[in-house]
Amino acid sequence: MGVLLAETPALPLHEAGKYVAGAYVVLFALVLVYVAIMAARLHRLERELGELRERAEAGGQGAREHAEELAELPSARESTPV
Amino acid sequence: MYGRHLRALSLATVALMTAALALVFFYAPLEAEEGFLQKIFYVHVPLAIVSLCGFVAGGVMAIAYLRTRDARWDMRSYVAIHMSLIFALGALICGSIWARGSWGHWWVWSEPTLVSFLIIFLLYATYQPLRFAIEDPERQARYASVFAITAGAFVPLNFLAVRMSTAYLHPRVLGSASNLPAPMALTFLVSLLAIALLWTTLCSYELTAKRARAQLRALRRELAGEDGARVARRPRSAAPAIVATGQRGA
Repeated sequence: MGVLLAETPALPLHEAGKYVAGAYVVLFALVLVYVAIMAARLHRLERELGELRERAEAGGQGAREHAEELAELPSARESTPV
Repeated sequence: MYGRHLRALSLATVALMTAALALVFFYAPLEAEEGFLQKIFYVHVPLAIVSLCGFVAGGVMAIAYLRTRDARWDMRSYVAIHMSLIFALGALICGSIWARGSWGHWWVWSEPTLVSFLIIFLLYATYQPLRFAIEDPERQARYASVFAITAGAFVPLNFLAVRMSTAYLHPRVLGSASNLPAPMALTFLVSLLAIALLWTTLCSYELTAKRARAQLRALRRELAGEDGARVARRPRSAAPAIVATGQRGA
């Protein structure tokens, strides 16, 4: 990396340097802000997805318990008088 | 599926942006009059061109929505305009910085290109409030599409009007690109491609995020049943309502 930097020509960062730097910083700031907003949205989506998974698991557990209760009861065929 | 090529698109964008920056700072020669300050040209002009093309693309997508009534086209049009507005803001700020360095003023009201670009920016700045003002999703999509088409047609007309005006203070790029020395022209083209790819990638991210959110909302409704449908009702928003499974209609 050091060799590469030594070989590259020096940038004339005099008076115009601050304006050029400003313009490119604006572009990267816009992209950075956008990425930060996307990260926040992704975080919110993950949280909501976690809540939904918990709810789905709780619902699944409830359904299983209900099925076990039904299995313990005598079946309709058994209880029917012959 | 919006996010199918997201990874490849992101990598290509990063690679092309890096290449463009390397060309700008280590390959393109210094311009005789402006010197190092002219490097702003490689970010300002592509941002302006991509944002204007994005506005026109938003109008074309709005036509597709009105023809098909497929809510996905409305979403694409919304995202294209939303992203172009951000890019246009970047072009305005970069242009202002360039004007300050070159002309000594942050803004020159007598310059038709600057003022016309500002008019287009302000015109599109009303797009989101317009959408937000309409609660019914179907009407919102329809009115927003009409706006996008009208404003999209205004963009090239405005561009032509400025080109035909007599003042030529602002440096011309399109139509005079052949006057640029080959290294500068190559650098400009790579920068333009990089910014266009950045726009495409960010639009893809936005569409993927909106689609994921719509799917999540649909799942929540499904899990919660009728009560959930009432609780998870979509709040008032400027963003279009899309159906998670990609069905037609809003």
